[in-house]
Amino acid sequence: MSKNTKLITNPLGKNNPITVQVLGICSCLAVTAQLKPAFVMALSVTVVVALSNLIISFLRNTIPPRIRIIVQLVVVSALVILVNQVLQAFVYDVSKQLSVYVGLIITNCIVMGRLEAFAMSNKPWASLCDGIGNGLGYGIILIILGFVRELFGSGTLWGYPIMEKLGLYNIGYENNGLVIMAPMALILVGIIIWIQRSSNKELQEK
Amino acid sequence: MKNFNNKYIFLYATALVAVVAVLLSVVATLLKPQQQNNIKNEKMQTLLAAINVSVDRDDAAQAYSQYFTTELTVGTNGEVLSVYDVPQQTLTQGETRAFDIKLKEQQVREREGKQGAFPLYVFEKDGRKGYVIPTQGNGLWGAVFANIALDADLNTIIGVTFDHESETPGLGAEITTEKFQQPFIGKQILDEQGNVVSIAVKKHADANALHEVDAISGGTMTSNGVSEMLAADLARYQAYIAQARNAETQQASKPTTSNQESEKEASNE
Repeated sequence: MSKNTKLITNPLGKNNPITVQVLGICSCLAVTAQLKPAFVMALSVTVVVALSNLIISFLRNTIPPRIRIIVQLVVVSALVILVNQVLQAFVYDVSKQLSVYVGLIITNCIVMGRLEAFAMSNKPWASLCDGIGNGLGYGIILIILGFVRELFGSGTLWGYPIMEKLGLYNIGYENNGLVIMAPMALILVGIIIWIQRSSNKELQEK
Repeated sequence: MKNFNNKYIFLYATALVAVVAVLLSVVATLLKPQQQNNIKNEKMQTLLAAINVSVDRDDAAQAYSQYFTTELTVGTNGEVLSVYDVPQQTLTQGETRAFDIKLKEQQVREREGKQGAFPLYVFEKDGRKGYVIPTQGNGLWGAVFANIALDADLNTIIGVTFDHESETPGLGAEITTEKFQQPFIGKQILDEQGNVVSIAVKKHADANALHEVDAISGGTMTSNGVSEMLAADLARYQAYIAQARNAETQQASKPTTSNQESEKEASNE
């Protein structure tokens, strides 16, 4: 496997930003009550991480180390504001649902983490791959959580009332209110981490 | 590691910020019409939803001018501050169009003891006149909104829509569902003397009672917020409603002459 492909695939599995690096937990609890916002959030974060990685990597030799965090923050903020403006103009419903969380991408540890750890010391192309990989790694967990939480919490998938169509309510099935609350997302993340570590020897701590 | 002198750092930071500022302002300016259009259409869409007309957001503007006839702004003493004719798209009285009023600002003005102006939308559907009152209050986490559509008697609710900023999905956010909104229909906001008593959202509400509906289990704070919002915002129209209903009964009992009309107007002031 080439080095760049690895940069994309690693964060999906054994170097996942949420389950292994344990970054970006806050937003992953907040936006995963339903599948659609989870998906849009995943997409937005992927775009922001990839582009900010790319830009910072291009600039990396010109950035004075003393103000590098500020420069990174300016680049990330600019991108996030752009994403937010575009969402408001073209997918207004989704931007309403995500409300403040889009703005909070700026404070998502994954973004700053990748800039500091990778883009500052790697070439643009590799940085772009790393950004996409980490965005997808974050996104895949969000989508798993969104899927489970929407299905069992609201009985719908992407707004489609699947439980009702299956006729489960008629035989006494009830939606689980706990699944919708943020703590359940944390428990689910814990379960994913458990499954991942028990099946992957490399990740187990002695 | 390369060494950068202070001058370089200073210039670098300045240039970066300038570039970003220009870029963002250009994008914000370009996208602004689209965004405002979205907000405007959404508002029309929710007003239409209150009178049971469901349309796509893109068709909202057209449907709005089809069903809504007049937008009024009303002061808390019942005085009409402005009149906007929807089909003609002209202000026939006053300066501000009710549609452009920000409810929150007016509520704040009123709290500060100043004169507030509150919107009242008049519609005509299937040949029957009615009114929509927009309301805004606080739920558990953020603002909650509602549009209350009243029948021509300014009393009986014929439709409602609720919306919220950030209530808990599955709990407080359930106010947007049909299950919560349906029981409002047929309730009355006035008591027998014609005073605004609003609708209370409470546990174990009596389905036959005229002034209460069932709260959401697990969404008590949001339900209380909705109750308070309705009580506070509907009460602002008390004076207007009383006048309008008086005028209606006068009209019904006596044949209207131009003389009486002007008398009535004089007494309104």
